[in-house]
Amino acid sequence: MSNYIELKGIPAAPGVAIGRAYIFGKQELRVLKKPIEAPEVPLEIARFEEALIKTRKEIIDIQKRISKDMGAEGSEIFDAHLLVLEDRMLIDEVITRLKKEKVCIEYIFSQALKKYMDVFSKIEDEYLRERISDINDVGRRVIHNLMGKKQKSLTDLEEPVVVVAHELSPSDTATMNKKHVIALITDIGGRTSHTAILAKSLEIPAVVGLEQATLAIRGDDRLIVDGRQGVVIVNPTQEHISKYAKVKEDNLSRVATVQEFKDLSPVTLDGRKIILAANIELPEEVDSVLAHGAEGIGLYRTEFFYMNRRDLPSEEEHYNRYKVVAEKVAPNAVIVRTLDLGGDKFISTLKVPHDMAPFLGWRAIRFCLAKPEFFKVQLRAVLRASSHGNLKLMYPMISGVEELKQANELLEECKQELRKEEVSFDEDIEVGAMIEVPSAALTCDILAKEVDFFSIGTNDLIQYSLAVDRSNEKVAYLYEPAHPAVLRLIKSIIDAGHKENIWVGMCGEMAGEPAFVILLLGLGLDEFSVSTVAIPEIKRIIRAVSYNQAKEIADKALTLSDSKAVEEFTSRKLNEIVKLY
Amino acid sequence: MHIIEKEVVIQNKQGLHARPAALFVQLANKFDSNITIKKGAQEVNGKSIMGILMLAAEKGSRVAIVAEGDDAAEAIEQLIALVSKDE
Repeated sequence: MSNYIELKGIPAAPGVAIGRAYIFGKQELRVLKKPIEAPEVPLEIARFEEALIKTRKEIIDIQKRISKDMGAEGSEIFDAHLLVLEDRMLIDEVITRLKKEKVCIEYIFSQALKKYMDVFSKIEDEYLRERISDINDVGRRVIHNLMGKKQKSLTDLEEPVVVVAHELSPSDTATMNKKHVIALITDIGGRTSHTAILAKSLEIPAVVGLEQATLAIRGDDRLIVDGRQGVVIVNPTQEHISKYAKVKEDNLSRVATVQEFKDLSPVTLDGRKIILAANIELPEEVDSVLAHGAEGIGLYRTEFFYMNRRDLPSEEEHYNRYKVVAEKVAPNAVIVRTLDLGGDKFISTLKVPHDMAPFLGWRAIRFCLAKPEFFKVQLRAVLRASSHGNLKLMYPMISGVEELKQANELLEECKQELRKEEVSFDEDIEVGAMIEVPSAALTCDILAKEVDFFSIGTNDLIQYSLAVDRSNEKVAYLYEPAHPAVLRLIKSIIDAGHKENIWVGMCGEMAGEPAFVILLLGLGLDEFSVSTVAIPEIKRIIRAVSYNQAKEIADKALTLSDSKAVEEFTSRKLNEIVKLY
Repeated sequence: MHIIEKEVVIQNKQGLHARPAALFVQLANKFDSNITIKKGAQEVNGKSIMGILMLAAEKGSRVAIVAEGDDAAEAIEQLIALVSKDE
């Protein structure tokens, strides 16, 4: 049989898994409309009360388990569940209808619930519409308890499976038998959905937003999950299996590499010490980062804190998120990037329409500078957290020196306020600019006077300098990290930084591409910040080459006329120097 | 037995949603009085999270809070104070 199907979704956690599908269906409950006699009414009410009490206990149990696993934050949603469960209007309505209609309580309750869900589904408010799933979750539990059925849960998994679901709620995953889950795939959800976070912390692959996974996949289907590419192959061919088995093997040897290189320093053969850090967006990722032997966080994205919520994060919440990471990573540095809204990252709370903040629009630092009071909440929180470790601050999307000056003025205001309030912070906190706009790249000599470091954001830098929208399939082939224009820009950024005695790092995807490591090293890059799993490989390459040799390779690469030639050359050199694969 | 009805403009930034709604319900349930919220033709039980969420009362919307019972005066005073908070 070669009737394989390839599904494309959003890559949520890297890795490859090959295994059988386990469809986690929220099976539709069939509730019968069973008439009752008048004397039975009190019995039905008693059953209802019993079910509510039992459900309440279940929810509290799950809440406890989650707050142990994920901290208070993840368990808050269950407060809302409890309020729904104790809702007077719902309970009164159910009891009134029960007395009047004389039908079994299961039926009345599910009808009442359905009525609410119908109303909610019509509300023109994204947040409230999402509450339907809360009501649904609670209602299902109550009905299960009324019917005396055990809810099918992921606790019962007995062999290794790929869990396939429309959506996984925190209560589903809290009770999941994690030992037996080798990958997670879901129909809906984004890069920052609960499923993605969980998979990352479990270090198993996940693909979300597949839309049709639960329709296309049947229980026990053989699956390949490629969490890095966001691909799921259903009923794969023998070729697929051998190809991915090889990738898995490489991943395994990478695990061995992790062990081998974890405690070694990223230093070249001739003694040039490089800082090798990781990119993260959640505090929960830190343990894995440290286990992979990273020396700090080169990019701490903060957009996630604003997502999936109705209100804006308070200064205190920001502070706690930075403090916990700063403390764990200390004495190594953590670079917090201020809110990088726009482009492909949107936050419903801020009510910025998509057409206002496309890649060339009202986004990132532009947005923050336009809303100084909003921006200062984050700046103050970073400053306060800086007294708990080695925090640095970085502004995204800087396009000219004026923005940098304005941002620094706001930062100075925050420092003044904190001094007045006698709140301690790191007076010497380093401040950097992300260099990802060509105008900034070409004026780094000017920008360098205002900051302590640069970090090159290659994803946007490449897209802006080559005028290529990466998400547009028709032109995606033009997105070339090794384009001579990009290499020249990178070289000029690094040179300008070094001339002003500031260090220059890179936090874009290019830094984590083995083929470019030696080239970037040779251009003089001081810091590489890459995804956690890439750390051991990059370290291995750095340790295998001398700085002089890397410089020669970089010089030669700069003379080549197109990206293909550069990639061929650097890959060949890489293979000569380190036998990676 | 007292019945007190008072109109108020919702000042919470998020309207009567999520957390503010939950706070309202928790506070309303501390009183013996029946609490009702009216918005236009809609009327919901002020002690019910589902009811309040269904009102979808945004910041700036005008609602009437009705308390009916012995502690109506106190209930109205505290509930009005809660929704008038601008945070």
